[in-house]
Amino acid sequence: MKARDTLILVAVVLVAWQLLYWAVGSIAFRSPAETVRSAAVLLADPRFMPHVRESMLAFAEAFAIAVLIGLSIGVTLGASRLASEVAEPILVALYSIPKVTLYPVILLVFGIGMPAKVAFGAIHGIVPISIFALNAIRNINPVYLRTGQVLRLSPWAAARKILIPAALPEIVTGIRAGFCLTLIGTLLGEMFGAQRGLGHLLMQAMTRHNMDSIMALTLLLVVFAATVNGLLLALDHRLHRRV
Amino acid sequence: MSPVGGDAPVHVTLRGITRVYPAQAAQPPVHALGPIDLDLRQGEFFAVVGPSGCGKSTLLDVIAGLAVASAGDARFEGQAIDGSVPDGIGVVFQEDSSFPWLTVHDNIAFGLRELGRPADVVQAKVKYALDFMGLADFAQAYPAQLSGGMRQRVCIARTLVLEPRLILLDEPFGALDQQTRLLMGDELLRLWRETGATILLITHALDEATMLADRVGVMSARPGRFLEIVTTGWPRERDSTIVADPRFGGLTSRIWTLLRGESLRALGHTGVRR
Repeated sequence: MKARDTLILVAVVLVAWQLLYWAVGSIAFRSPAETVRSAAVLLADPRFMPHVRESMLAFAEAFAIAVLIGLSIGVTLGASRLASEVAEPILVALYSIPKVTLYPVILLVFGIGMPAKVAFGAIHGIVPISIFALNAIRNINPVYLRTGQVLRLSPWAAARKILIPAALPEIVTGIRAGFCLTLIGTLLGEMFGAQRGLGHLLMQAMTRHNMDSIMALTLLLVVFAATVNGLLLALDHRLHRRV
Repeated sequence: MSPVGGDAPVHVTLRGITRVYPAQAAQPPVHALGPIDLDLRQGEFFAVVGPSGCGKSTLLDVIAGLAVASAGDARFEGQAIDGSVPDGIGVVFQEDSSFPWLTVHDNIAFGLRELGRPADVVQAKVKYALDFMGLADFAQAYPAQLSGGMRQRVCIARTLVLEPRLILLDEPFGALDQQTRLLMGDELLRLWRETGATILLITHALDEATMLADRVGVMSARPGRFLEIVTTGWPRERDSTIVADPRFGGLTSRIWTLLRGESLRALGHTGVRR
């Protein structure tokens, strides 16, 4: 059932892509078949893999930092009603700043290279993860905590056995949102301030109007993002089904 | 006050229990409850009815140790209740408090596991509670898959396995439909007889109070005090068919007569003025 839905969706996307290609023409666009071919060429090129590794490493670091800092901020603020009511609008406002405006600051602080892309990726993910975690903690049904008191749980046991499981579904949703945004942030960071990585390759291809590479890289990124997101979504559904 | 079963030892003692919410910003202090004097006998079924906002739930919170009285003395088995939940008290709330991330089985086992009981003991007690509450077929289900009545049974079972000597119920059937409520009432009576626990039930349904309790405490509008404590005089063996007893209507209408004026007062205080 689920697998069939996924297959149908992929088929629809492929047909739409092919139709768009016929409508737009080969100057501005590539067909699915051509894109898969160029992706295969890219993957076979020994110079390509180091870029993939570079990007994945940067992304993994950025994502880990985003989750760590995001959860710390969210859980700390969420534990206090006053703090969360004051902080939530501020976090949302912060998030509506286009992150690119912060890029010069990040470059000046971290310099061109790995640390800058990691930082740029992380700042994209921290805020959504913290907002979701904050709301997850703040919106826990108080009757669960009262039940913990009635069962004479220690504060530590109540946090571990009630607070965390009650907040987990929302927290995972936030991590899923943070995953996509951190990936975008990391790639953007590579596009403007790096000499290696998939973002850098993408930028090169864009300046040279190398449509084959742009399409192939985009396809590979979409496949990666869709796969991981699918796994996170499955976890998300599993947790939410119970609520 | 002449409690039913006057020979049974006193289980809960309340003397001059008062709860005042301190003044806040522009608001004067609110006198929510009391003073309340009450003795609950061991094994007695006591129901509390009163107009909304009269402090019924506050009274329950004070006895449970979830809230501290502003004045007065509250004792459970002779020990002062001082703001933490004493051992031997179980509470069932009005809202569904079953944990959605645990199966029915694990919900019921939760308290026992936290106490570090051996696995075979946990297993046996949970199985008994599942059977007792008619949940055996749903042991591996999650609460989200159950109806409201079934979830409330899970909460009662979770309390039951801990073998509390005093069970406090805060409008536990308030969210259920009338038929389910009558049936749950029967189960509560059965549980009360089999466990021998003392029960304090807060309810807004007068017929429920009359049908279930040995004594019904009728509370005044805020600040809640006992206007009168009505003794029903039912036999210990009873169930919901008691509503057909000729005395049932008389008792219920007596409670309503006491309550009517207070309910109007409560409405006048909170609802009518704009």
